[in-house]
Amino acid sequence: MTDLIRVTALTLALTLSAGPAMADPDPADWNAVLEEARGQTVYWNAWGGSTQINAYIGWVGEELEERHGVRLVHVKLEDTANAVTTVVAEKTAGRDEGGSIDLIWINGENFASMKRQGLLFAPDWATKLPNWRYVDVENKPTITVDFTLPTDGLESPWGMAKLVFFYDSARTDAADLPDNAADLLAWAKANPGRFSYPQPPDFIGSSFLKQILIETVADPAVLQEPVDEASFETVTQPMFDYLDRLHPHLWRSARAFPKDYPSMSQLLADGELDITFAFNPAEASSAIANQLLPDTLRSFTFSGGTLANTHFVAIPFNANAKAGALVVANFLISPEAQARKQDPEVWGDPTVLAMDKLSAPQRKLFEALDLGIATLLPDELGPALDEPHPTWMSRLEERWSARYAVGN
Amino acid sequence: MLRFAPPLALFVLAAPLACGLMGTVLPAFGFLPALGGYQLSTRPFADLFGQPGLWRSALQALMIGLLTTAISLAMVAGFVCAWYGTRAFRLIQHLVSPLLAVPHAAAAFGFAFMIAPSGYLARLFSPWATGWERPPDLLVVNDPAGFALIAGLVIKEVPFLLLVTLAALPQVPALRSLRLSQSLGYGRMMGFMFTAWPPLYRQIRLAVFAVIAYASANVDVAFILGPTTPQTLPVRLVGWMNDPELSMRFMACAGACLQIAVTAVALLIWVALERIAGPVAEGICETGRRFRRDGFARLAAGGMMAASALLVFGGLGVLALWSVSGLWQFPSALPDALTWRTWQRTGPALSGPLATTIIIALAATAISVAIALACLQRENETGRTGGNRALALVYLPLLVPQIGFLFGLQLLLIAGDADASWAALILVHVVFVLPYVFLSLSAPWRAYDGRYEAVAAALGAPAGRVFWRVRMPMLLRAVLVAAAVGFAVSVGQYLPTLLVGAGRFPTITTEAVALGSGGDRRVIGVYAFLQMLLPFVGFALATLVPALLFRNRRAIRGL
Amino acid sequence: MTDPSATHATGLRLENVAIALGSRTLVSVDHDIAPGDVLTVMGPSGSGKSTLLAFIGGFLDPVFSARGRVHCNGTDITGAPPQTRRAGLLFQDPLLFPHMSVGGNLVFAVPPSVAGRTARRQRAGDALGDVGLDGFFDRDPDTLSGGQKARVALARVLVSDPAFMLLDEPFSKLDAGLRDQIRRLVFERAKARRLPVLLVTHDAADAEAAHGALIELAPAASDGAGP
Repeated sequence: MTDLIRVTALTLALTLSAGPAMADPDPADWNAVLEEARGQTVYWNAWGGSTQINAYIGWVGEELEERHGVRLVHVKLEDTANAVTTVVAEKTAGRDEGGSIDLIWINGENFASMKRQGLLFAPDWATKLPNWRYVDVENKPTITVDFTLPTDGLESPWGMAKLVFFYDSARTDAADLPDNAADLLAWAKANPGRFSYPQPPDFIGSSFLKQILIETVADPAVLQEPVDEASFETVTQPMFDYLDRLHPHLWRSARAFPKDYPSMSQLLADGELDITFAFNPAEASSAIANQLLPDTLRSFTFSGGTLANTHFVAIPFNANAKAGALVVANFLISPEAQARKQDPEVWGDPTVLAMDKLSAPQRKLFEALDLGIATLLPDELGPALDEPHPTWMSRLEERWSARYAVGN
Repeated sequence: MLRFAPPLALFVLAAPLACGLMGTVLPAFGFLPALGGYQLSTRPFADLFGQPGLWRSALQALMIGLLTTAISLAMVAGFVCAWYGTRAFRLIQHLVSPLLAVPHAAAAFGFAFMIAPSGYLARLFSPWATGWERPPDLLVVNDPAGFALIAGLVIKEVPFLLLVTLAALPQVPALRSLRLSQSLGYGRMMGFMFTAWPPLYRQIRLAVFAVIAYASANVDVAFILGPTTPQTLPVRLVGWMNDPELSMRFMACAGACLQIAVTAVALLIWVALERIAGPVAEGICETGRRFRRDGFARLAAGGMMAASALLVFGGLGVLALWSVSGLWQFPSALPDALTWRTWQRTGPALSGPLATTIIIALAATAISVAIALACLQRENETGRTGGNRALALVYLPLLVPQIGFLFGLQLLLIAGDADASWAALILVHVVFVLPYVFLSLSAPWRAYDGRYEAVAAALGAPAGRVFWRVRMPMLLRAVLVAAAVGFAVSVGQYLPTLLVGAGRFPTITTEAVALGSGGDRRVIGVYAFLQMLLPFVGFALATLVPALLFRNRRAIRGL
Repeated sequence: MTDPSATHATGLRLENVAIALGSRTLVSVDHDIAPGDVLTVMGPSGSGKSTLLAFIGGFLDPVFSARGRVHCNGTDITGAPPQTRRAGLLFQDPLLFPHMSVGGNLVFAVPPSVAGRTARRQRAGDALGDVGLDGFFDRDPDTLSGGQKARVALARVLVSDPAFMLLDEPFSKLDAGLRDQIRRLVFERAKARRLPVLLVTHDAADAEAAHGALIELAPAASDGAGP
């Protein structure tokens, strides 16, 4: 039905304008964007593996419908790469307009891939969004540099991520916790079967690989450059040596891996794992709030630093509802949406906004949040390690699969 | 009008199949202009065979198909031979039959929740019997050999084969054969096996083939219970089909061709096994042994049947319990607290997929029932049943691996710019719903006493009036049951919804499978519970509507 | 009374009727049945006698082929659809529609020329009374005794205003005592309405009670034969 309407609208628009294409919305003229967005349906392709996040996106949809008459449809992905596939296929098929995806939850390799192939809505639109003025560009470098690539305003930030570990203080003594990759290996030997990581290419699993890579590589600087095929084996050898030593002591002796981080949380709750991790400092408090895990759950990070990045939304070049997508992106960085997102009861995802850029009542929204007993304060989170260049991730995943996931 | 019904059915079943197969085979050889493939090449196959662990995945799919079928058939045959005609038979039959309606994914989740090291069985016996304060580090679910997957498939294929066997039983003189062989001194089980089973097996052979095809190419259960390092061939194929690299789609199609070959080889091996089994059984029979002491075997046959059913029911119960549980740590047998929180939390996200599921299922069922009714009515008018050829045709979509033609169908729809539409999705559901509706409806339809229609016609009622006022009301229950079967089949469809819906039409089933078996059990509980609830409501309506409508008509009210 | 050469403008006329399955002729009949008369066709099961009824009633299974004509009251009904033949059918089972009440079964049979719900129900009620079942209108057919069901089946046929009657061993499933009673009732009503009746049976007592012409069919193995 909606397809039919869309096709009709498209035909009508083409007939009326009789030009090559409709003009793209300009975020600088925000009122025009709002007007055009009203009545549009925005298909947002976003990872759908977490119930909390799905519920938050559901709330965003309700608010947008009410405030701006924009209908938001969450297309749940298992892997963001699937959305990239779709846009690639549409471009190849010559579908330069009326594409099936209006907004993608994205960062890192997928952003790099879309940017490289010219699959993104092109002008610098993110920095022209009305709510951009609140964004903490100064203190959060990953907002403007995504996995070593400049974002160039082609994607708009909506949350911060940092690798944080969790344990149940009722079972595990805080004094025994590892503080770096080497410690972790020793800990795993002492506690066989009590640690694991999601099977790459799950993005948390791949992030774990990158954390180990950064800690074991001889010269971390090479990771900021694209993969050099000639030296790839040498550079990654220490990491795979590490994994070879780690795997025999993992959960199920590494003959199977958890699917994603919600699976690891369940395993922690069942007492199968003792240490898990996620890309969200508030995950522990959120799990307690949702009665998935006991209130004895606590967080820790490595003092030498853990991987950190920002996640974004981007608009494909052929999006059907660009104006609607802009409105969604702008709403996502509104103080209200950001504060709700940071509430552990809702999701607990840290904000991308700068507190000192907010008005007093806006700041209150954040100050009123109870971040929960298990959430580390910003100064306890430890240093942030930069993401390697996106090419590393896909190469690591490939090598990992060939080495550990083919049952040889 | 009715004249066009059989060709229409043929078209609805065979056209997507033929187009889909073509759409799979051409890209497998490099040809798909929409994605930039203009020239025939063997490159996709070269890429495919270069994939690490490919042969292991393929061999595994083959073994899983054969073992699942052999175990399921052995369980059904053992049970029927051991208990046919007894009260225990009817009891267990009533226990197992409802399982047919439970979607594969829901049953697989329930099964995983029972047998996992931290699952319900371990909790029931821990720590008092096992001494486990924490779950043992045992690889039970997702084991590399695929035993959990085979078990998860068996518990769902057993009800299917049992029901097909029950439908075939009236067509063979089973009870008389049994009595005769018993009077000749044979034990109950082997007496039945020697005399009644062979003709019975001939009747259910196509269904057995369908089980082989399904089990060897299954995606959703394999995704939940199957090995992960590497995954089975069909699961890897779906992964490649969704890969951002375009060239992977060509390779995925080549892989789908390999999958068709794997399924074909599995079928050939099975046929060879049939050839061997016949003479072997004859040889045993000719020794003249009577196998009178079969008490233990009979107990085992009945016990396994009941146990598999109870395991699924237990699993479904545990699913339901998880969906309302608060904190529930190992080894507690019951949650610390009950709460509606998970339902409230997932509620808003559920309504869309729920509506999609119901709309697609209702539409696909309505279309399928209409086509099946028209075909059967046409058959009634012409007096021709179409025989085995027609039956084979109806089974066709069940004998070709879904992946084999769904990939092609998806690519064709993309090429035709028609992907992700309600119409495409409903039609592809009809391909899988229609066979079950037809199989379910044809037996009661053909068993109908045509003299009622003769009487009505002789009383002056025109054909339409005879159909709507006499045959339909009398067969209302059968029609509604067939509709409920179709509804259940549609609700349970994973791969067609995923591929043809292009992710734009999430249903309860695609959402549930996406969660995997390891995720938050509460959320899985909610989705899997809904998944099993929908077919249950369908069957409840199929029973209640005639019971209410005909509450004063003892002969047909049913309850 | 059964002179085959005479042409009746009334009654049921079977003119050189022969039914075959493949190349094998099952039954061939050439006979006139005058109003109020009964023609009995006797033969063992499988001899094709029910097939003859099906042919005359208009619902012959397409696997059979038939020759010859059937005339009813001077009209050729050989090719007519069963709905227009006005054949009164009685089988060995009463075949009451189980989803309708007893009265509903009769109302279903009342010809469309009787218009109006009240008039049709009135007609059905009268027919029930005729077979001694006053007050059974709203009953569930499944709650009736065997004899009562047979009476309802007869009433249903009669209320449809048939032109002739086709009886397919209608008494064979009844108890011996009941059988005489129902048999008498059926023949009596047919006679009173001056309906030509074709009865097929394998019970000699039926043939005797019918007081009419008799055709005996040979067993299925050999070709069927007329008198």
